[in-house]
Amino acid sequence: MSNHWHLDYQGEHAVLTLDVEGQSANVLSQDVLHEFEKHLEELESKMLEGVIIRSGKTSGFIAGADVREFVKITEPERATELAQLGQRVLSRLADLPFPSVAVIHGFCLGGGTELALACSYRIARDDPSTRLGLPEVRLGIHPGFAGTVRLPPLVGDFAALDMMLTGRTLSSREARRRGLVDEVTPERHLLNAALTFLKNAPPRRKAPWYRRLPAWKPLRSWVVKLMSARVRRKAHPDHYPAPWRILDLWRDRATEYEEAESLGELLVSRTSRNLVHVFLLSEALKRHGKANAHNIEHVHVVGAGVMGADIAIWAANKGFRVTLQDREPEILARALKKAYGFYKAKLKDPRAVQEAMDRFIPDLEGHGLNCADLVIEAIVEKTGPKQELFRAIEKKVRPETLLATNTSSIPLEVIGEALADPSRLVGLHFFNPVAKMQLVEIVHGAKTSEAAMARARAFTGAIERLPLDVKSSPGFLVNRILMPYLLEAVKMVEEGVSVTAIDNAATEFGMPMGPITLADTVGLDICLSVAEELSGPLGIEVPARLREVVGQGHLGRKSGQGFYQYDARGHKQSLAPDKTAVDVPVTERLVLRLLNEAVACLREGVVADPDAVDAGMVYGTGFAPFLGGPMRYVENLGVTGISHSLHRLSQEYGPRFNPDAGWTNPDLLRSGNA
Amino acid sequence: MNGVKVYVVDGARTPFLKARTEPGPFSASDLAVACARPVLARQPFKASQIDEVIVGCVIPAADEANIARLIALRLGCGKRVPAHTVQRNCASGLQAVASAAERIVLGRANLVLAGGTEAMSRAPIQWNNSMSGWLGKMLRARNTWQRLQALARFRPALLKPVYALLLGLTDPLVKLSMGQTAEILAHRFGISRESQDVYALNSHKRLAAAFDGGTMNTEVETLYDLRENFYTEDTGLRRDTDLDQLAKLRPVFDRKYGQVTSGNSSQVTDGAAMLLLASESAVKEHGLNVLGEWVDHEWAGVDPSQMGLGPVHATSKLLARRQMKMGDLQQMELNEAFAAQVLACQAAWDSAQYAREELGLSAPLGAMDPERLNPEGGAISNGHPVGASGARLVLHLLHALRQKGGGQGVATLCIGGGQGGAMLLRAEDKK
Repeated sequence: MSNHWHLDYQGEHAVLTLDVEGQSANVLSQDVLHEFEKHLEELESKMLEGVIIRSGKTSGFIAGADVREFVKITEPERATELAQLGQRVLSRLADLPFPSVAVIHGFCLGGGTELALACSYRIARDDPSTRLGLPEVRLGIHPGFAGTVRLPPLVGDFAALDMMLTGRTLSSREARRRGLVDEVTPERHLLNAALTFLKNAPPRRKAPWYRRLPAWKPLRSWVVKLMSARVRRKAHPDHYPAPWRILDLWRDRATEYEEAESLGELLVSRTSRNLVHVFLLSEALKRHGKANAHNIEHVHVVGAGVMGADIAIWAANKGFRVTLQDREPEILARALKKAYGFYKAKLKDPRAVQEAMDRFIPDLEGHGLNCADLVIEAIVEKTGPKQELFRAIEKKVRPETLLATNTSSIPLEVIGEALADPSRLVGLHFFNPVAKMQLVEIVHGAKTSEAAMARARAFTGAIERLPLDVKSSPGFLVNRILMPYLLEAVKMVEEGVSVTAIDNAATEFGMPMGPITLADTVGLDICLSVAEELSGPLGIEVPARLREVVGQGHLGRKSGQGFYQYDARGHKQSLAPDKTAVDVPVTERLVLRLLNEAVACLREGVVADPDAVDAGMVYGTGFAPFLGGPMRYVENLGVTGISHSLHRLSQEYGPRFNPDAGWTNPDLLRSGNA
Repeated sequence: MNGVKVYVVDGARTPFLKARTEPGPFSASDLAVACARPVLARQPFKASQIDEVIVGCVIPAADEANIARLIALRLGCGKRVPAHTVQRNCASGLQAVASAAERIVLGRANLVLAGGTEAMSRAPIQWNNSMSGWLGKMLRARNTWQRLQALARFRPALLKPVYALLLGLTDPLVKLSMGQTAEILAHRFGISRESQDVYALNSHKRLAAAFDGGTMNTEVETLYDLRENFYTEDTGLRRDTDLDQLAKLRPVFDRKYGQVTSGNSSQVTDGAAMLLLASESAVKEHGLNVLGEWVDHEWAGVDPSQMGLGPVHATSKLLARRQMKMGDLQQMELNEAFAAQVLACQAAWDSAQYAREELGLSAPLGAMDPERLNPEGGAISNGHPVGASGARLVLHLLHALRQKGGGQGVATLCIGGGQGGAMLLRAEDKK
């Protein structure tokens, strides 16, 4: 018999504490649900004033259902049964002969929120770490423990749809405003508040009538129309069915039974499978980031350009003391203003903004080098200046200081030549914009020590980014795989295919942004210089068109003109939609070059396994998450088919489509267990 | 003192920002944090290893009670580092350094962050006392009748605000503004308007030369606000002023017949200066490079209506105890509260009568060589953020001594309320 729950009678009331064995966070596995039911059975027969349900974990209340169990379910019926088990247990909780109160601290997500919804009252701790939500949609599913049924009457229909469709979490105060929780108090009053609710047993909370208006039958189809337009902007119905199902369930005022049926189908769908794969990959990387201590308090960033400033702003936001060095006070003043804008929008509370700004120190003279535990170089992408800088840095820093470069293409070994001790040099390759892109490539050169790698990973984990180990080779992983894809797009422009046709093909496939728009956004000059850097070692050809455009001074969004035109505020001027039929296999050409390069990376050992490729591309470029990443896509499509297509394309378009040697090695392409 | 050595390891100040008519962009704690952060960043030890933080500030904002503690926490010293604020009017910053040195001499601390800060442009404007009383009656009113009664007692005069800054710059007992005390000195020592203006012009020229020569950037840290502006120089510095312009200015304190103008007085400014003091053992333990050495300090009291003479007394006492002559000083930083007041101090040191009657000395000490007195300008050109000035004088004196071959110098100020403070410092040649 498992021992996840602890039932404790305290006079007139009982306290039921969940503390899942062998886990740092509470999850509602089947095991946990079964045990919960036993305790409820016992409680049903008791004469009590009420029951308090809380978590024994410091991290939070309940993080949701057990995602690891999802992977094992292959039939929709089993998934439906799982939902029905949860529904049954929670309805027993809701039907207890006395009131129940959920005392919530930290994360309260998915099934955890649904459990709280089944209680008579909910009390949340008043602090920034308490977050409540129903993020199921992010895993390609929707709430299955009667959440879709219980939420709208409590918070109103718009609020409920917003929570379920976006999957975003609410702070405890926001939850109180919405009516999701009955009371918000600091830690010191939580228990007292819970007891007061049980003693007074006030009427249960209900959304006021006007918040339920959208559910009025004559209005409902209008509301669905309105919400569909919003959902379409975020989720293509063919790629992400879950939000559409949520709308259907709401429109049909679905019962618990229908909710469970729908969930069953979604849970075993390919989309959900792939999203769970991607989620587990990020969890694995997070664990990797937490495995070691970093012993870093002070970070010194050299170079306050876009990348350097963003890294510094982000690190200070996550609690590190940061000195940001650049030569000109104008550049630092700009970075400071940007930091203030970011913290104000993100942190809101003036004291939190002040704390972050106090940690963010402009540093013209490079004073921070003396006490820095980590130095991150983010200056111009040229070998000479970088080497010179590291030579100067090494003289000033303490011997235990970790050195990192944010280079995107220069081999670490080359930069390391400037150092007496290159073993402490790692690559920390961030992606733009730092606040959005979760991936950081942790680059190891031939001389980089494992200790340095471990510290770099731990630092990356500490700033809540995902550390991915990559070998120092041209373009590392992400840029290298992306580059042939971008260049193929430019090649097609050269051949006369319209830019919108190319971008549409890519977004239809599931990329967050078309390759031409991406190139314009990154800056065509930067694309060109990376392409040229990679063209030699990787034997890829740089399309003449790219050189031509850059030669004319059209650098993309930043100069107002690239492949597209931009207005003064950097918004893309819309082009007339292109009606001419395209007789070129645009999607195939784009995607196959990307996949071919991904396999080449695996063959050369740039990363350890196909999972790493998937994690890198999804979290570094936003590669269609519903496809699970490039290698997952290969697995689903089958290697033979892809090889044939590559052969066919290489005959038509040239040797750049020759299948990489790696395609014939099945061991290389075998996915791990994550 | 007692053979115990106290070192000034490092320090920095913000550019001093002339107060305009509206509150400036920085609070007093913002300013202190801005200049102390780089000082701490240069050190090999952590902010949490500091033993104590002492800050001088005359008029902190209402939400800056014990501003030193605020500054310590904002700097990341952590909850375990105690901090206190000191107030000795214009010498608050000097008092902070003096207190820090005394703590180290006592053996109670090894590393102390000390300095001063002031945001004079943000000095509060308050309701007057009658208004507070009227508001209290309104709040106590329990019913409409009482409320109407209270309302009827309202008079427009109640709205007359109290400017904390003006009150702060007026002696509460003799009811003279600081400028008026300078007028008294000008009269007593026969200092002409023209000599005051010449002194003021010289102050601007000297400061401009120091900035242009690049010697100031070792002590002045670039200051950034949140709107993409930055400051590298004191904003009160007037490179374009001349004697004609100064002569045109009207007296501001004794409006009709006076001589003290805004041009030959120190400027109302926002700014901070912070220093790091260390014991000999801390210097050894952390392998610190030092800026110089604190030697001794002294305080003196004078007539509040002639408070500008404070430096004469404090310095005389200090030199007597150290058995030193004026000529032993390589440089003196005498706060330029008013040109008349600086010149009066010089005249008093030169005067045999003053020496005999006021200082009890048989022979006058002699004035400081004008070339070695405030050679890089002073509060007339860079401003006098009251709480910060004392720390700025110490910081600048040490840098200047180092740059000019080392030696000893005195940093001294006159103090509103009738006091003087003087500190003796020593620095080695910069090499």
